[in-house]
Amino acid sequence: MLHIPCPYCGPRDETEFHYGSEAHVGYPENSSNLTDEEWAKFVFIRSNPKGWMAERWVHSAGCRRWFNVWRNTINHEFGPSYKPFSQQPKSPA
Amino acid sequence: MSTVNFTFDGKRYSGEKGESLASALLRNGVLHFTDSSYKNRPRGVMGLWVEETNALVNIDSGAGEPMKPATTVELVEGLVARSAQGVGDLPDTRDNSRYDKANRHVDVLVVGAGTAGLEEAKKFSDQGKSVIVMDDKPTAGGHLVYLGQRVPTELLEVLARENVTYLPRTTVQGLYDQGFSVATERRTDHLDAKVHTEMSRIRTWHVRAEHTVLATGAFQRHLVFANNDRPGIMLSHAAATYVASGANPFKTAVVVTVDNQGYRDAVRLSNAGVTVNAIVDIRKDPSGPSVDAAKSAGIQIITGKTAIDSCAKDAGTVKCVSIGNPDGSDAACIDSDLVAVSGGWTPIVHLATFIGIKPTWDAKLAAFVVKRSDALTSTVGMLAGEFGGDDDAAIFFGPKLSSEQALVAFVDYQRDATYRDFKRAIDAGMRSIEHVKRYTAIGTAHDQGKTSGTTTMGLIGQALGKAPNEIGSLTFRPPYISIPFAALAGRDRGLLSDPERTTPIHSWHVASGAPMEDVGQWKRPWFFPKNGENMHAAVLRECAAVREDVGVMDASTLGKIDIQGKDAGQFLDMIYTNMFSTLKVGMSRYGLMCGVDGMVFDDGVTTRISENHWLMTTTTGGAAKVLDWLEEWLQTEWPHLEVYCTSVTEQISTVAIVGPKSRELMSRLAPALDVTNESFAFMENKHADVAGVPARIARISFSGELAYEINVPAVHGLHIWESVMAQGADLNITPYGTETMHVLRAEKGFVIVGQETDGTQTPQDLDMDWIVSKKKDDFIGKRSFSRADTAREGRHQLVGILADDGTYVIPEGAYLVAGADANTPPPVKHIGYITSSYDSAALGRSFALALVANGLARKGEKIAIPMADRVVTGVITDSVFVDKENTRRDG
Repeated sequence: MLHIPCPYCGPRDETEFHYGSEAHVGYPENSSNLTDEEWAKFVFIRSNPKGWMAERWVHSAGCRRWFNVWRNTINHEFGPSYKPFSQQPKSPA
Repeated sequence: MSTVNFTFDGKRYSGEKGESLASALLRNGVLHFTDSSYKNRPRGVMGLWVEETNALVNIDSGAGEPMKPATTVELVEGLVARSAQGVGDLPDTRDNSRYDKANRHVDVLVVGAGTAGLEEAKKFSDQGKSVIVMDDKPTAGGHLVYLGQRVPTELLEVLARENVTYLPRTTVQGLYDQGFSVATERRTDHLDAKVHTEMSRIRTWHVRAEHTVLATGAFQRHLVFANNDRPGIMLSHAAATYVASGANPFKTAVVVTVDNQGYRDAVRLSNAGVTVNAIVDIRKDPSGPSVDAAKSAGIQIITGKTAIDSCAKDAGTVKCVSIGNPDGSDAACIDSDLVAVSGGWTPIVHLATFIGIKPTWDAKLAAFVVKRSDALTSTVGMLAGEFGGDDDAAIFFGPKLSSEQALVAFVDYQRDATYRDFKRAIDAGMRSIEHVKRYTAIGTAHDQGKTSGTTTMGLIGQALGKAPNEIGSLTFRPPYISIPFAALAGRDRGLLSDPERTTPIHSWHVASGAPMEDVGQWKRPWFFPKNGENMHAAVLRECAAVREDVGVMDASTLGKIDIQGKDAGQFLDMIYTNMFSTLKVGMSRYGLMCGVDGMVFDDGVTTRISENHWLMTTTTGGAAKVLDWLEEWLQTEWPHLEVYCTSVTEQISTVAIVGPKSRELMSRLAPALDVTNESFAFMENKHADVAGVPARIARISFSGELAYEINVPAVHGLHIWESVMAQGADLNITPYGTETMHVLRAEKGFVIVGQETDGTQTPQDLDMDWIVSKKKDDFIGKRSFSRADTAREGRHQLVGILADDGTYVIPEGAYLVAGADANTPPPVKHIGYITSSYDSAALGRSFALALVANGLARKGEKIAIPMADRVVTGVITDSVFVDKENTRRDG
């Protein structure tokens, strides 16, 4: 059971959260002008790094707010979490 | 110590309270505990603790438990145990014991209260940290307890400190990421043989520690020689410990060793009065204080040799052990009724490997050890290779054996897996321990590799001329020892196992005798049987009543999200495929939601309550997911939109009255309401008092029939339902459940998200292109509709299927093949599958919905459905079976 730091509520058990995939993958403007390849990159392709990754979570059973957080995909260590549209903290690596 | 009475295999014995059942049986002279699982060979006790693989028992007293190592059962008055020949059996009575859970956050968790663990606990306690010490044995002190030595007071004192919690009889079962551990504490079995309901029998602990110290110690391992499984052949540390405590059925012993532990145990046996005929050491030139001590005790030492085979007395217990060279030559017997084997130590690396740490091979100790010291985890004691200076071990796992000897040389006792089995795996090309394990079943039973893991790797190494670490590494999975499921469930049993959600009308449904269907956590009435009807008859009757008279359904479980704010219309235009911002106040509209990939993921009707106030409904199971989805877009993409979402599912009760006579019923319920089609049109909403309660009434239909959905504050739900039943009595008002709802909607070709869809259907696949706006610049999913894969020919599309035999209801999930019948030879081409299938009162026959490749262009085409016992033939049709012209919805 992961312990996830909600930037609004503090650390809480994983069961209170839902996962939202990689952070900072913005919805493209003028999607109709994108090629199939560009659009597929937004829909399907994620960086899937081994190591630190910024990802999106929602505190569904708590404050119901979405936020971003650094997580190490090797050992599930969590780095700093931060609110959407705020300055992204540096990768803990 | 007090004397207590116990029963084993129907015979009464006495022993000392608190000693292990294994110890008590030895004290009573019992060597033969049970027979082995597959080969019926006599077996006795091998070990001291959870490494025991032979002496497994079923406990019949108290709460009862199958397959417990007799070495871990603490003796209490009235204990009743039975030998378990490899297979346990659960008591057939209900376990009324209480089980519970506890959570702790601490600075430091110390696993193991041996000397090393206690020293760490003291260190962290001295620093002012909060410490929890978990140890699976009844008393702290680890090996010192077995050796009968005093545990230093300055270490024991630590356990009583205010910042230290000490939990004996507590097994850490799993260690996970971020210092999270799960442990089970046995709280009552050692007190007496009663079932305890006033306190929990087992408590499951969830511990979060900033730092975890692993001081888990080590097990001794055996050697693989012929007939190494006879009662009387034991691990030397276990044998010496039992004998020294007075549980001594032995007169003579031979110690077979690869290290100096065998010498220490030989001296203990000798001191306790057992004649040690010899110490047989595979090493040529052993040395050290332990060796000197054995020499001074006058024990004969034979070097460079090892055990090759053993002989048995009539009773099956060991009579003598044959000693020879490691290649099996020059073997000769030495009499002994105890063969004490010291095959080296195996540190307990389980918890470390659970979090991905790979043990390293220490050739000097002949052991896999874990040396770790980081912010999260550290290891100490034998686990970290701190064996004491006197412990150079030979890397040796067993002698060369003839093929006959290999048949009775056991690697995993409980599995009856022999060196022969092992050798077959090697000869078949298996090299990794994981492959050997799966080929031979070694390490797959109670043992789980505790004793056989390192031995197997060592044997692979010996066979291939490699060191054990060149073979691979040990990997284990939680739990460390077997746990009753009841302990993991704790109090979350029965009604508490998962929350049940019920509507305000639930009590009425239950009283009517309706069986319930689980929809997510919701309990929904499935159908309402009358006069002993079966489901089929009840559903046909309910369907007919709705299409001919009037039915009533509890729709309160539909997900409901209240959406407010000046930009809500603009937001809904992005969320739904169709247009909402133009919807007039007081009107409802059906909408379809897609993911960015263009695939349908939820649907429902959304109503504009006022200019800036909307009420969205979602599928019953999709409500939470949809709310997360709406919030994600609002919070992470469009924070400039002024939109607020709140779940109101539980706050509103919805009663749907459905059928041609619903207008008459509605007018009776709300006399002030003008129910004519002209003033209250399809998809319109009206506010009126219904049965004296202020309500919002919506003309929404999920059946194609004239229908009114009455929405009231949840507290009035039951009152509305009862009023409907009373006012509709002469109109044949018929309550109906989820099954009838499914049939009615399928007759109209209305999809259910999750039944007609599985996350790979676009609106176009569902023949719902009409709901995809061509005017909007963008909405979620739009761009994906023109992707090559979603726009291609041949996608699975929603169609109807009619079997030629109208009495046959095709099973849902059945596969369709093109243009075939029973006489078509294979191969036949699979073209799709059935998603919904029912018998229909309105059609007087069966019908189905299906997803078929290019289905919309294939209507009229013959298909076949190969079933196990027959080939069913049929035809592809339109997906709408009833009222294609939508004439019934206005009554």
